[in-house]
Amino acid sequence: MSLGLEVRQLSKHYGSQRVVSDVSLTVPSGQFVCFLGPSGCGKTTLLRMIAGLEAPTSGRILINDRDITDTPVHERNFAMVFQALALFPFLNVEENIAYSLRFRTINAQQRHEMVRDLLALIKLPDIGKRRIEQLSGGQRQRVAIARALAQEPMLFLLDEPLSALDARLRDHMQVELRQLQQKLHITTILVTHDQREAMSIADTVVVMADGRIQQIGSPTQIYRQPANRFVAGFIGRSNLIEAQVEDGLHLRVGERLIRPLSMPAMMSHGESVTLAVRPEEIRLLARPQHELNCLTGRITFTRDVGNEIELRIDCEGREIIAATSPAQWSALGAAGEPSEVALQLPPESCRVLTS
Amino acid sequence: MRRWQLSVLLSWPALATLALTVVPVWLLLRISIAPPDPAAPWGAGLTFEAYRSLLAPDSIHALRRSLQLAVVVGIVSVGAGFPLTYFITRMQRRAQVGWLVFLLATLTLSDVLIAFSWQVMLSKRIGLSRIFVALGLMQQPDSLAPSVGAIIACLTYLVIPFTVLTLYPALSQLDRSLIEAARTLGAPAWRAFTSVVLPLTRVPTMVAFVLAAVLTLGSFVPPVALGKPEHWPMSVLIGNAALAGHNLPRAAAMSVLLLVVTALLALGAVRAVRHRPTP
Repeated sequence: MSLGLEVRQLSKHYGSQRVVSDVSLTVPSGQFVCFLGPSGCGKTTLLRMIAGLEAPTSGRILINDRDITDTPVHERNFAMVFQALALFPFLNVEENIAYSLRFRTINAQQRHEMVRDLLALIKLPDIGKRRIEQLSGGQRQRVAIARALAQEPMLFLLDEPLSALDARLRDHMQVELRQLQQKLHITTILVTHDQREAMSIADTVVVMADGRIQQIGSPTQIYRQPANRFVAGFIGRSNLIEAQVEDGLHLRVGERLIRPLSMPAMMSHGESVTLAVRPEEIRLLARPQHELNCLTGRITFTRDVGNEIELRIDCEGREIIAATSPAQWSALGAAGEPSEVALQLPPESCRVLTS
Repeated sequence: MRRWQLSVLLSWPALATLALTVVPVWLLLRISIAPPDPAAPWGAGLTFEAYRSLLAPDSIHALRRSLQLAVVVGIVSVGAGFPLTYFITRMQRRAQVGWLVFLLATLTLSDVLIAFSWQVMLSKRIGLSRIFVALGLMQQPDSLAPSVGAIIACLTYLVIPFTVLTLYPALSQLDRSLIEAARTLGAPAWRAFTSVVLPLTRVPTMVAFVLAAVLTLGSFVPPVALGKPEHWPMSVLIGNAALAGHNLPRAAAMSVLLLVVTALLALGAVRAVRHRPTP
């Protein structure tokens, strides 16, 4: 059974250092949530406070409206998979998985069946008798997950468990983890610094920096509508262009006027804002244009990465990165490699950030 | 340099150690089967009289006392040294260094001085008994030595630095995430300790126990200074036979017996930790 989690104004200070500041969030039952942020942003400390491994300096943690802030870690029934996995080296696979069952009143037959079912769930039915040092990285990962799930937890917490795996195996394990979570419908929180990982498996992404939440939203939301400069820069690639408010509808970038789809309210003429534009949303035109939402520039660097061509363009001293498909690039360069290009910024791709 | 020359050059410490071990043991064995001679260290000829005398009740009781003392001091020193080491490893780096330097410093004190200090501490006039009276644990001040308890206390004090220094590397490198994993899997703190910390440290713990027991088996001054003759272990009887009784063959035979017992104890310990405990 999975329950909803609520964190209210949670903070953690070590002396004068504020690791987590005033964090509030809700994790609805059955959701897969990712805490995403650079290292040192407080995401692991937040997870450890939820697990009960760290005591918060202030704030409350509730599960289904029940306050568990002071409940000891072993009474919370939250499973945790550690970054280093923390499998017990002196126990074999079966004994590792059955560890949490020691603290419950079940007989040997039930225990045996549960371990067998969990080994089947992680698709490793025949490794029960193996020692931990005989397992590969991916197998250890799955055993750690099975061990955590054996206690039938209310909440499943994972602290960067895939970071030690190579890229291919990590991709594979991400899919497996997501499938497992959907199959068991268990409320899950995954801590990661890998935005691709967060985007590909989470229902909700919590972006953190400097101990604070920067934005909470679905992967699409945080990608399409970043709340601030940090999120726009951290999630995917973004051009962050300094601009001034011209009027209620337009921004000025150098000599050019840009009209975004929407403007923040209460802005006055001349106020500085940041215009965020994704490289792949910029349209490239061969001939310099002098209309609205167009910049011109000189290509300084071209990089072919297979599925796209990445260009660095100098627009009156500002470096803007644009990406285009190989087909469009060859159409653009039909009359030889262009050096001067026009960049068209469609209104829907222009996001105005004030913080 | 040729390979064999290098081998010779590097093998001398091993050869020297071997020689310095083999020669005294060979001498011990030789003396143990010689007849005693009041005019010389030992007499000429061969006899198993010294070994036969080990079957006498006083020898058997002394051996039993030696083993009891070794086991009790081993248990007490590991029982006290383990938590002490565990807490030292959780301290800040500077405090850890301070503790280790302090424990090393106590090793420089002579055991005669330490035994004398314990005599003073356990005496009726200025000793611990006055504190016990103040705490209501005793009716009136009394002398706490000579007694078996006094011997155990002094020996434990002497071996605890070895216990801590033996356990320190293992406990300071203990992966704390394993304990945290056990806690998140539903283990209360003490179950996490017994089911994770103890299995992870069973080899160094056994080594610390054997070290304490072996050091106790060879102790001489503390049992003499803090015990009565009926408390004396075999090591004291060996000393008395060699120094006061001028019966070197009997002392040698008892030493051989103690050597065998020590070897058996160490072997038993190795066998005990080699097998994985079943959970």
